[in-house]
Amino acid sequence: MSMKMEFNNQEYYFLPHVKINALLDYLHHQGFSCIGPQIKQDAIVYEELHDSEQLPWGLRDYQMPGQYRLEENNVKRAFSWANGPQAIKPQLFKPKESLWRVARDSHGKLTFKNVTHEMKPIALFGVRSCDVAGMLIQDKAFLTEPFVDKHYQARRENVFVIAVNCGYSSNNCFCVSTNTGPQVKAGYDIALTEIDDGFVVTVGSAAGEALINKISLKHATDEMQQAMQREINNAATMQSKAMPFDNTRVVRDLLMNNLDHPQWDDVAARCLSCGNCTSVCPTCFCSSETETPALDRIESEHSREWDSCFTEGHSYIHGKVIRDDTKSRYKQWLTHKLATWWDQFDTSGCVGCGRCVTWCPVGIDITAEVAAIAKPAVDDSASE
Amino acid sequence: MVMKNDHQDILHDTIIVDYQPITDTIFNIGLQFTDENIHRAYQFLPGQFNMLYLFGIGEVAISIVSDPTHDDLYYHTIRRVGRVTTGLSQLKKGDHIGVRGPFGRGWPLSQISGKDILIITGGLGCAPSVSMIHYIMNRREQFGKLMILQGVKHSNDLIYQSYYEKWATAPNTEVLVTADKTTTNWPWYSGLITELIKKINFDPETTICLMCGPEPMFLAAVQLLIERNLPEQSIYMSMERNMQCAIGHCGHCQFGGKFVCKDGPIFCYPDIKDLLGKKGF
Ligand SMILES: Cc1cc2nc3c(=O)[nH]c(=O)nc-3n(C[C@H](O)[C@H](O)[C@H](O)COP(=O)(O)OP(=O)(O)OC[C@H]3O[C@@H](n4cnc5c(N)ncnc54)[C@H](O)[C@@H]3O)c2cc1C
Ligand code: SF4
Ligand code: SF4
Ligand code: FES
Repeated sequence: MSMKMEFNNQEYYFLPHVKINALLDYLHHQGFSCIGPQIKQDAIVYEELHDSEQLPWGLRDYQMPGQYRLEENNVKRAFSWANGPQAIKPQLFKPKESLWRVARDSHGKLTFKNVTHEMKPIALFGVRSCDVAGMLIQDKAFLTEPFVDKHYQARRENVFVIAVNCGYSSNNCFCVSTNTGPQVKAGYDIALTEIDDGFVVTVGSAAGEALINKISLKHATDEMQQAMQREINNAATMQSKAMPFDNTRVVRDLLMNNLDHPQWDDVAARCLSCGNCTSVCPTCFCSSETETPALDRIESEHSREWDSCFTEGHSYIHGKVIRDDTKSRYKQWLTHKLATWWDQFDTSGCVGCGRCVTWCPVGIDITAEVAAIAKPAVDDSASE
Repeated sequence: MVMKNDHQDILHDTIIVDYQPITDTIFNIGLQFTDENIHRAYQFLPGQFNMLYLFGIGEVAISIVSDPTHDDLYYHTIRRVGRVTTGLSQLKKGDHIGVRGPFGRGWPLSQISGKDILIITGGLGCAPSVSMIHYIMNRREQFGKLMILQGVKHSNDLIYQSYYEKWATAPNTEVLVTADKTTTNWPWYSGLITELIKKINFDPETTICLMCGPEPMFLAAVQLLIERNLPEQSIYMSMERNMQCAIGHCGHCQFGGKFVCKDGPIFCYPDIKDLLGKKGF
């Protein structure tokens, strides 16, 4: 849906909080299963959403490098937080899924069958701009001809995206510098901005417009539109972190020209090679394939699972591991995300969500690592 | 390429029609798709590879050694090293395996026809080289001088010794084989393959070099060739990285910004020289 067409409807509508359920009902009626934010194990996660009551009302996340904490802020808002450990990625690119099955007959002949996905289309309620940008980047990895991933495609083609612009940024957000937020620019069906008592709504697709009409939303007043702008400006101006050089190709050249920089040793001494950063990153797409034969040895199932460039197996070829130490693994992660991603997909692989900073057990900050490499080497020699 | 839309993720059943052990660890298998239409339509180029699937165990990337004009079977030369290849080595005629492919970019046939060809191979049964040598031998008149340089660790390792002897007698063809360690009746050279490069005469204007083997050998060979004025863009090499999907999705085969599975496995040297030999890539 949201990936199909350019759409032009410049109107502003208002969705009162009390009408969230009407919106969910409409989507359920249309055959969607709605996925939205809710609290689980002290973090915000995206799961089946049936009722607006499930949303994280009155909660705010406090994020620091290596830290995540939710606190009540007693504001009657559903989206006064920034983000949680995951959002869209696990919905479209499953952490584990079956790709094909094979059966062996008594002569040994093999019959292969691709696993097809008969599932309800998904409506994603309340996804952040950085995550929508991350989805558009994963589209490039999985949907570029001639190698289209049918499993991703089956879910992606039918997804309905209800984005939420941010009114608050966490300490680890830096989407302003990556130009991916706090206001969503593409890839959505409707976009919400929360103000008092509800949301100002803008429309991004024909399907989004149909929804607005169906649940009969009124136009937003001028005051509401101004409040919306204040919210977005607030999120933008409160960001203290930034990717150096605005996350452009300049970062690419910087990293690729500094593959022997001493900072790689510095970060390798801190990094645990745990791979948390890759699993929370909305754009990381690596996977490994595994085989599960049935006990009767007549059938077998071939699956894929998220993998991380921080594992030893990731770069194993017979007789050697190409990245046998943390230094080369961190270097692979950073140079892929911010440098060679440009060569592959004509974009940076970072959308500034800050997750890798928050969920890193030792608080390694991707922006600080780049900044350390960017710091002119002459600094040191000049002071000697 | 055939099976355009399907070949990426659909496997096809094949039957092992021929199985030849070559050494203790290396064997050839000749395959035929059980579906006749698929077998007839199947096309590939030298340097491309298939994903071979062993029931219940998994898939591995294996180059195709046959000539693209094959009409009955097409062959893989496989070295037994680990789980899947050991399982494959235990199969026999009549057994079935799954195949998807072909994948990747093969040797640059259009750029090299009419040229002198220098093939440098380090190590055993390097299928991408062998497929190219067969290809040239079957079309000898389409190429200029052919120089085949093969290095092995131990003289006992050399497989297809008779092939090398036969190739050496082909018109306008030079074959130089070397082993780091040799036995007494070894008819070829001893020492590193880089020493062989110093022994050959080639015209840098008309020669294309195709390499297969370990990356340190690429680096050493490239240096010697460039010293002798072979342009960088006349050098191609076949790369190897962990492969799971073969279609640019799983991320394992990345070499900097390149996916070895779909942008390679054959690369022109200038396209990868920045990272070649860099630790971790
Ligand atoms: C483009 C390409 C062409 C190749 N052509 C040939 C050939 O013609 N003949 C041949 O004998 N070998 C070839 N190889 C190497 C072959 O793929 C590995 O030897 C094989 O994957 C080892 O699998 P295993 O399960 O037996 O070994 P294990 O050591 O058990 O490996 C476990 C898994 O790691 C991965 N892996 C390990 N080594 C490699 C590797 N070198 N390349 C890619 N993935 C690897 C595979 O997924 C493998 O199943 C080629 C590799 C590539 C990338
Ligand atoms: S690299 Fe870090 S900040 Fe950038 S998109 Fe990935 S998780 Fe978010
Ligand atoms: S950077 Fe942090 S999250 Fe990523 S592997 Fe290292 S310790 Fe783990
Ligand atoms: S083998 Fe999966 S990306 Fe190349």
